[in-house]
Amino acid sequence: MPGFDVNIPLNLIAVKTIMRKEVLRVLRIWIQTIVPPAITMTLYFIIFGNLIGRRVGSMDGYDYMQYIAPGLIMMSVITNSYGNVVSSFFGAKFGRHIEEMIVSPMSNAAIIVGHVAGGVMRGIFVGILVTVIALGFTQLEVQHPFITMSMVLLSSIVFALAGFINAVFARKFDDISIVPTFVLTPLTYLGGVFYSISMLPDFWQKVSLANPILYMVNAFRYGILGTSDISIGYAYLIVGIFVVGLFTASLMLLNRGIGIRE
Amino acid sequence: MQALTLKNLTKTYPNGVKALKGIDLEVEAGDFYALLGPNGAGKTTAIGIVCSLVNKTGGTVEIFGHSIDSDLAAAKACLGLVPQEINLNLFDSVLNIVVNQAGYYGISRHMALQRAEQYLNELRLWDKRFEIARTLSGGMKRRLMIARALIHEPRLLILDEPTAGVDIEIRRSMWEYLARINAAGTTIILTTHYLEEAETLCRNVAIIDGGQIIENARMSTVLRKLQREVFVLTLRDPCIAAPDLGDFESRLLDEGELEVAVDAGQDLNQLFAVLSAQNIAVVSLRNKANRLEELFIGMVERKQAQAVGAGV
Repeated sequence: MPGFDVNIPLNLIAVKTIMRKEVLRVLRIWIQTIVPPAITMTLYFIIFGNLIGRRVGSMDGYDYMQYIAPGLIMMSVITNSYGNVVSSFFGAKFGRHIEEMIVSPMSNAAIIVGHVAGGVMRGIFVGILVTVIALGFTQLEVQHPFITMSMVLLSSIVFALAGFINAVFARKFDDISIVPTFVLTPLTYLGGVFYSISMLPDFWQKVSLANPILYMVNAFRYGILGTSDISIGYAYLIVGIFVVGLFTASLMLLNRGIGIRE
Repeated sequence: MQALTLKNLTKTYPNGVKALKGIDLEVEAGDFYALLGPNGAGKTTAIGIVCSLVNKTGGTVEIFGHSIDSDLAAAKACLGLVPQEINLNLFDSVLNIVVNQAGYYGISRHMALQRAEQYLNELRLWDKRFEIARTLSGGMKRRLMIARALIHEPRLLILDEPTAGVDIEIRRSMWEYLARINAAGTTIILTTHYLEEAETLCRNVAIIDGGQIIENARMSTVLRKLQREVFVLTLRDPCIAAPDLGDFESRLLDEGELEVAVDAGQDLNQLFAVLSAQNIAVVSLRNKANRLEELFIGMVERKQAQAVGAGV
C-alpha cells in the first residue's frame, strides 16, 4: 500500500523537510500566525479573567482567572494546530505545489506526519506564548507535568489531523473556515473552558460529555490545577481513539487520492 | 531497457469522458520522445497517471520496470516532472523550493544544497536563489520547475509543454540544456505545441488524439509520410506573373517570392531543373510551415474525417 512504504531513511528526511518548511512558514507570516492568538488571549484574560472574573468569584476552589487559564491555553493550542495544517495543506492544494509531494516517493503517511508535526509545533509554540501571558495575570503551578504535557501534545495531534482532513476535502477558501467557525469554536466554548459542567443541568451535563474538547480541556486543567469534571483515564481513551481514528482516515483519504488526485 | 511502458492504459472520468481508450506505449531508456496531440487529446491525463497525479481506470504503467501498482515508491524515484502549469510555492524562495523537493526524495540537506547550486547555476537562476518565486519572470519560473524536477537526478524526465509562453531566446537555451541532459543519459518525454521543438529535439514521436495513439514511430519515419511540402523561394530577379512549372503547383506571393508545392514522388532537383530551364534564379528557400505541423494537422484531420464517415 502506498501509505505503508518502508524506506524509513527517505521518509524521515521527507518528514523533516516538511516540518522545516512549516516552521519557516509560521515564522515568515508571524503577524498572521503568532500575534493574533497572543492578542486574543490577552483580551480574554483581561475581560473574562480580570474584569468579569472578579465578580464570578471562585470555581472548584480556584480563582476564576486560574480556572480559565488552562482552558484558554488549550483553546489556543487546538485552534492553532488545526489552523496551521488546514491553511498550509489547502494552500498547497490550491497553489498545486502539493504535486511536489505527490510525485515524490515519500509515503502518504510521511506527508500526514510532516504536516501534523508542523501543526503541533505551532500549536505548542502558541500554547507556551499564551502560558507566559497567563502568568502575567495569575499563578499556575503544574500539579501533574506528565498529564499536562501528554494531553497538550495528544490534543494538538487530534486537531492537526482534523485540520488535515478538512484541507483534503476543501475545494475553496470558504471550506477551510466553515469547520473552525461552525464546529470548532462552539465546541471549544462549550467544552468547559469558561465553566465547570457541574454548573449545568443534568441533561446538558450529559450532552456536554459528547464533546471531545471537554475531555482535553479537563484533563489539561487536571494536569495544571489538579481538578477535573471527568475521569482522566477516560480522557486519554477518548483522545487516543481520536488520534488513531483520524490518522487512519487521513491515510485512507490520501491513499485513495480523495481531493488530491483527479 | 524500457524507461516507460504503458499497456492498455485507460481513463474514464466520473463525468463519463473517456480521456484514454487503451494506450500502449514503450519508451526506450535514453530516448528523447515526443508525445503530441491537440488540446484534450489525453496527453496530460497520460502523464498525470504516470506521475500518480491522476488515478487510472485500467491498464498498467511501468517506469524502468517498476510498476506503479506494486512498486510505486521505486517507480516515483526514477521520475521527474515539469508540469504544464506553474505549480511552484510562489511565496517560497527559489533555493527553498529546490532543496525541499530534494528532501521529499530523501536527499540530505547537505547534498541538496550542493545539487541546488549546480542546477540553479546551469539554469541561470543561482543569482535569484533568495528571491521569492512570485517575483520571477515566466521564463525563470519554467526554468525553476526544470531545476526542481532535476534535483533528485531522475532517470526519466517528463516535460509537459515546458516552453509554453517562453520567449524564443530562452526557449532555444532550454532546448540546448535539455539536449545536453539527454545526451548525459536522462530519458526525456516531451509534450509540446511547438512542433518545431519536437522535430528539433526528439528521435521518436507518438501522436495521440481522442484518447488513442494514432502514430508511433521514429521522427524521421513519421516525417517521410509527409505527402506534400510547401517551399517559399526567394527569387534573384523580380517576376510579374507566376511561371508555369509543369507538375509543380506554384503561386507568386509577391514579385520576389514564389511558393511551390512539392508532392511525394517529386523532388527538389526536378524543381530546380524546371526553374533553370526558365532562367529563374533562386537566392534562398525555406519551408512555408513546420513539416511536423503539416503532418500532424493532416493526421488529425484524416482521423476526424474517418470518425465523421463512420458516423461517430
